Amino acid sequence: MARLIISLTATPMSVSTLLQAASVNTASVNAVTIKISNGYLRYYDEAQPTIAGLNMEITAGQWTCILGRSGCGKSTLLRYLANLLENKVQWTGEINSQPPCEIKDQVAYMAQQDLLMPWLSVLDNVMLSTKFGAAPNQADNPQMMIDKAHSLLQKVGLADKSGHMPAQLSGGMRQRVALVRTLMQDKPIVLMDEPFSALDAVARYRLQNLAYQLLQDKTVVLITHDPQEAIRLANQLYILQGQPAQAQALAVPTSAAPRKLDAQCAQLQQTIMERLEQDHE
Amino acid sequence: MSNLRDVTTISQPLIRMLVSALVIIGLWQAVVVIFEMPSFILPSPFDVIDRLVNRHQVLLKHSWVTAQEIVLGLLLGLSMGLLFALQMLMFKPIKRWLLPILIASQAVPVFAIAPVLMLWLGYGIGSKIVMAALIIFFPVTTCCYDGLRNTPVGYLDLATTMGATKWQMLRHIQLPAALPTLASGIRVAVVIAPIGAVAGEWVGSSAGLGYLMLQANARMMIDEMFSALFILSSLSVALYFLTDKLLKKLIPWQA
Repeated sequence: MARLIISLTATPMSVSTLLQAASVNTASVNAVTIKISNGYLRYYDEAQPTIAGLNMEITAGQWTCILGRSGCGKSTLLRYLANLLENKVQWTGEINSQPPCEIKDQVAYMAQQDLLMPWLSVLDNVMLSTKFGAAPNQADNPQMMIDKAHSLLQKVGLADKSGHMPAQLSGGMRQRVALVRTLMQDKPIVLMDEPFSALDAVARYRLQNLAYQLLQDKTVVLITHDPQEAIRLANQLYILQGQPAQAQALAVPTSAAPRKLDAQCAQLQQTIMERLEQDHE
Repeated sequence: MSNLRDVTTISQPLIRMLVSALVIIGLWQAVVVIFEMPSFILPSPFDVIDRLVNRHQVLLKHSWVTAQEIVLGLLLGLSMGLLFALQMLMFKPIKRWLLPILIASQAVPVFAIAPVLMLWLGYGIGSKIVMAALIIFFPVTTCCYDGLRNTPVGYLDLATTMGATKWQMLRHIQLPAALPTLASGIRVAVVIAPIGAVAGEWVGSSAGLGYLMLQANARMMIDEMFSALFILSSLSVALYFLTDKLLKKLIPWQA
């Protein structure tokens, strides 16, 4: 946790703590700002570009929500950032990160499906990322990782479920496990592809609050087709629309996220609805 | 409570099997009596049971040989199929070369190459093991390959963002995800492997249930042939249910 706090440089810290934190993982980057200018993306097997003239700033340590109707290209954008479209698309335009880093090494990805491996227990699913990478078991001390997993599971209220198999859990619980798995990766950027959309209203509401609370220091990109969800969580809000898609920034309500839905939110939702409606013609 | 349920879950299939066996024996005996079948055309079921009891030592000896051929053939065929499928998956250019071989292995009837195998591998159980392995090779390979190829895209995406290498992906995602499909391949293999083993014995052997059947048939000992047949099918059924139970235990997440 220490190295996440450093990024907010305002916090005064002793030199020894800083050195200690730096030596733990010198390769890691703290909160990252991503700036996309004049982005253009076209699938190799399509004639028309999916995205063109995209300008967007994803601010460090904040929630950037990207709204759009299904099929507008918002998933494509997220998957491109996660490096999942290698050799499938042509991209031009600049993506700058501040501090400079290889973005694909700094992301954790959370999808609409929980993607829990049915053959692994909850604990093993949470620890999945320790099996991958150049140096599997990145932490020299596996016990430390297990303890961390247990404490995170406790935070989402699943302390007693660590030995269960995914099939024994409800949809909401499974998505909470997926959230813990994302947190275990401890990456500065978290890319979320409608992770709450398959849940019922109450489970969604609770998971939104929980995710917002647990991902405080991260740079989060959340794409969604649900205006209400975007309004509740966004520190920055973009609408992706048009053919090819472009991003337009919208002002977010002044209250602190995760917001309660007040009159201002309702009005913004109405505005968004009207704008998204245009896209349907 | 749970004890009672265990008893019923085990005894129900047993009762079903017993009932169907009794019905078949009844019909069989009725045919023998009504049509006055001579015993060298259709022996009465009681003659067959009599054979089973009196000749159990001989039958057991030959069953043991065939069982060995089946199990070893299964192991050989399964490992060959798995290896073949893995190669096709991991080295894409090789796939184009291997696919014709795979299809040819299924197109050539095992009965046709059995004499050649006999020539190469001798009269012993070696040639029968290879026969059993050959006959299951195609279903195992295709099932395994399909399973490995159709890993849910989301799993692959997730592992990619976690920085998985090609081999880590195979070991931790693709192989476990392919297990349920592979399991159905194994179920098919378990049922058809005995065909390969017995066909091998027919072509040339000095032991095994196939050999026994051939000998009995030549000497018009149809009741002995039926008893060998009975053991062979019991062996297959037992092997199938054993494998099925084992697979369900090992791969509990399969649908």
